[in-house]
Amino acid sequence: MSILINSKTKVICQGITGSVGAFHTRGCMEYGTKMVGGVTPGKGGQKAEGLPVFDTVIEAREKTGCNATMIFVPPPFAADAILEAIDAGIEVVIAITEGVPALDMVRVYERVKRSGSILVGPNCPGVITPGQCKIGIMPGYIHQPGKVGIMSRSGTLTYEAVWQTSNLGLGQSTCVGLGGDPIVGTSFIDCLKWFQDDDDTEAILMIGEIGGTAEEEAAAFVKEHVTKPVAGFIAGSAAPPGKRMGHAGAIISGGKGTAAEKQAAMREAGIEVALSPGDMGKAMAAAITRAMSAV
Amino acid sequence: MKIHEYQGKKLFADFGVNVPKSKVARSGEEAAAAYRELGGKIAVVKSQIHAGGRGKGTFREEPGQHGVQLVRSAEEAAQVATRMLGNTLVTIQTGPAGKVVNQVLVEAGCDIARELYLGIVLDRAAAMPVVMCSQEGGVEIEKVAAETPEKIYKEHFHPAWGIESFQVRKLCQQLGLTGKSVRAADKFMRALCKMFVTLDCSLMEINPLVITGDGDLIALDSKISFDSNAEFRHPDLAELRDLSEEDESELRASNAGLSYVNLDGNIGCLVNGAGLAMSTMDIIKLNGGEPANFLDVGGGANADQVTEAFSIILADTNVKAVLVNIFGGIMRCTTIAEAIVEAAKKVGFKVPLIVRLEGTEVEAGRKILESSDIRIISAMDLNDAAQKAVAAVA
Repeated sequence: MSILINSKTKVICQGITGSVGAFHTRGCMEYGTKMVGGVTPGKGGQKAEGLPVFDTVIEAREKTGCNATMIFVPPPFAADAILEAIDAGIEVVIAITEGVPALDMVRVYERVKRSGSILVGPNCPGVITPGQCKIGIMPGYIHQPGKVGIMSRSGTLTYEAVWQTSNLGLGQSTCVGLGGDPIVGTSFIDCLKWFQDDDDTEAILMIGEIGGTAEEEAAAFVKEHVTKPVAGFIAGSAAPPGKRMGHAGAIISGGKGTAAEKQAAMREAGIEVALSPGDMGKAMAAAITRAMSAV
Repeated sequence: MKIHEYQGKKLFADFGVNVPKSKVARSGEEAAAAYRELGGKIAVVKSQIHAGGRGKGTFREEPGQHGVQLVRSAEEAAQVATRMLGNTLVTIQTGPAGKVVNQVLVEAGCDIARELYLGIVLDRAAAMPVVMCSQEGGVEIEKVAAETPEKIYKEHFHPAWGIESFQVRKLCQQLGLTGKSVRAADKFMRALCKMFVTLDCSLMEINPLVITGDGDLIALDSKISFDSNAEFRHPDLAELRDLSEEDESELRASNAGLSYVNLDGNIGCLVNGAGLAMSTMDIIKLNGGEPANFLDVGGGANADQVTEAFSIILADTNVKAVLVNIFGGIMRCTTIAEAIVEAAKKVGFKVPLIVRLEGTEVEAGRKILESSDIRIISAMDLNDAAQKAVAAVA
């Protein structure tokens, strides 16, 4: 089954005629994703990467039957592109764009929640169901079809986690990059619900970082509603307070959002916590073993 | 981006938020002239730096002088300003290095009946901006939040509509404001929320917010920072940036499109991706080492940017080893390898270099490094890399 995307998902790229959009459209097609078209306002009727380009998302949807979109539109226009995709009824909207103003996301967030669409991102690497569909910028070859559902606020750190679970032979059901911004469309809790209900996902790996309270809320949810084994890691235990660590969301402010607080909340919820980023895969394996021996 | 108090107050005034009369001075004479122009019996001379705790902070060159002082004559204003200007103010927020004061704000004294706290931030969990108020003005709000969170009153608002009048009335009741103050608060808070949205602020703090003897509200301080992602919408705000307040290396990095934070340790880090960069710092610390910096070269950095990243790291004299940790996605390992070779030619590596490469084009990247004559300690995975880096500085 997997979550969000699979071998049947038909994908368009908004911003397909830009160099980054074109490059990653090609990458996704090479991986085997069913890319069916692209959208760039004013360039309808052209071809890009062998695919038809449309002026609007609604037209792309009518002509191609797409149900997912990958957005590479530059930050000043990204919020508009997301809203257009939602308006066109695209089910899964994945925004890769980095640098979207926070107040634009306030505007978008409210409308996403009132729509039937799911937004992942922005400022994220995308979503991949190994062996079936890749929508995003992650290197495909490190993934391996398997049983771990991975969700993360970071890009390259997710690759690290994927690589470790692949090397241990666990593989992944679906990996979701949530994004490093303060406001993103999909939360850890959304993913936990989907992974809990997904037959292909046997265990869940959660990769958080300092700042905000998303990890604490996720831990509370795990305690109440998740029966599958969960492991986790929090990036930024060595980060000083008050300094933004790259991601707009990764900042310890007013003594809140530290790694120690998040790790404590996760342990309290029965989550296997990896203290070192080198041990994320091992922690996942340990959580699975513990769950099996408890049966 | 942060701005100075005097710049913040100018913006407040532009948006109709009540502030005391004040003048900026860059010399003793200017301070005396400002005092006379304000025309009151008392005034306050305030050091302008991008850090809080000024009132309690003192100057390295003038240990008896605090960063904020009440004055009662033009002569006194000149004396105080002269002791502040060009000197280094050390406060709880500046760190021991302190910050040089290049301008002071001379401000008319005001009739303080009560001091409150008001802040506006983006509430991530609610995905909405929120106004936060407290009766405990003047003190550190973090302390109030940690010890007595029930004493902070909050109202969320939609960016399109701003705060509603009934929400202001609610806050007023909680803060114990009545009569004329409620009407003043309505104008004051609605103007602030409008400014927060119009200028794409990420944080706005008024501490203290003063209630005067006759019930008016005045912003006695201003702390404002802006969402850097929205800079493209506000080219005019870029002029408010004070480069002298920023760390030289961090500035150099941001000009090169790199994300860099200077730290106190001795192991320089060069990593792609913010999460992996943070994790690299974490794993160094877990192995008993101390990272010298956070450096994210980003997803799509080119050879020039990576070479610049190496120069920035190596310019830090504390750095005794450099750990390169790359998990290539968009970033190709070959780009990094070529940049290492280039940097070795340009800046030279006098300290041990530990390299861990994985991901896109990893084999080709490793070959480039092997066929160069640079001495590299290669690492197989994250744990291995951290252990080797810590051993290299031991």
